[in-house]
Amino acid sequence: MTVTTLDVLYALLFYGLAFFAVGSAIMVVTRKNTVHSAVFLVFVFFAVAALFVMLHAEFVAAVQILVYAGGIMVLFLFVIMLVNLEEIEKLRSRYRQWWAASLLALLLMVVILTAVFSRLRFPAALESGPLAAHGGNTEAVGRMLFTHFLLPFEIVSVLLLVAMIGAIVLARREY
Amino acid sequence: MLPAIVHIGTTHFVILGLLLFIIGAIGVLTRRNAITVLMSIELMFNAANINLVAFSHQLASLVGQVFTVFVITVAAGEAAIGLAIIITLFRHRRTVNIDEASMMKW
Repeated sequence: MTVTTLDVLYALLFYGLAFFAVGSAIMVVTRKNTVHSAVFLVFVFFAVAALFVMLHAEFVAAVQILVYAGGIMVLFLFVIMLVNLEEIEKLRSRYRQWWAASLLALLLMVVILTAVFSRLRFPAALESGPLAAHGGNTEAVGRMLFTHFLLPFEIVSVLLLVAMIGAIVLARREY
Repeated sequence: MLPAIVHIGTTHFVILGLLLFIIGAIGVLTRRNAITVLMSIELMFNAANINLVAFSHQLASLVGQVFTVFVITVAAGEAAIGLAIIITLFRHRRTVNIDEASMMKW
């Protein structure tokens, strides 16, 4: 089997993301500070989402970011703050990372603007194949969800309703 | 030997899923903070999702990805309930240390 440059790039991306995910996972499990663990878990979720994109599962990657990193981790952080309220009130707010944060924000803006105004087109290989016939990954998954997997889809919606009711009942204020 | 390292196949993703699962399992068994235990469980969910999506890619089937969406949804519901239980525990015992929640041990 010949080793092409594309293979090497793909492998580099995979190993980079894999080591980042595993390293962040180890950090999640070992940190004493729970907030640090939560932040490293967000890193793991982003790495896993990038790996999903590498596997051409863009819809799952988007759902991962939206639900896991955007919903579940926010919930975790809320509860961590609730539980550690006494310790957190003792901390002074620090402004020393202001420069690093601004630099990172600027870098992010540059990257996104480059992507938005880039004239590069995606390789044709990704646009061909059976997925394109369905109009892309999201529509293909949506089609499956609403035809073959309609019953699990509806049951999961009821499950979420039950979970919501249960969480509200458990966490409500006791009068 | 080199092609096995450079040609990323399903096996690589499965091994990555295995590593994440093991790290999550160690976290569940080792940590005493209940919130960290829940976070380790989420790690294990993600490892299973990597497996599912990798096999979905290998078999050119969308079933794996659909199942992954369901796993993410159920994990969200489970995390919400688990955190509500932790909040209730904290309200009664003023701690989230699981060693202190041992009233039901015989």
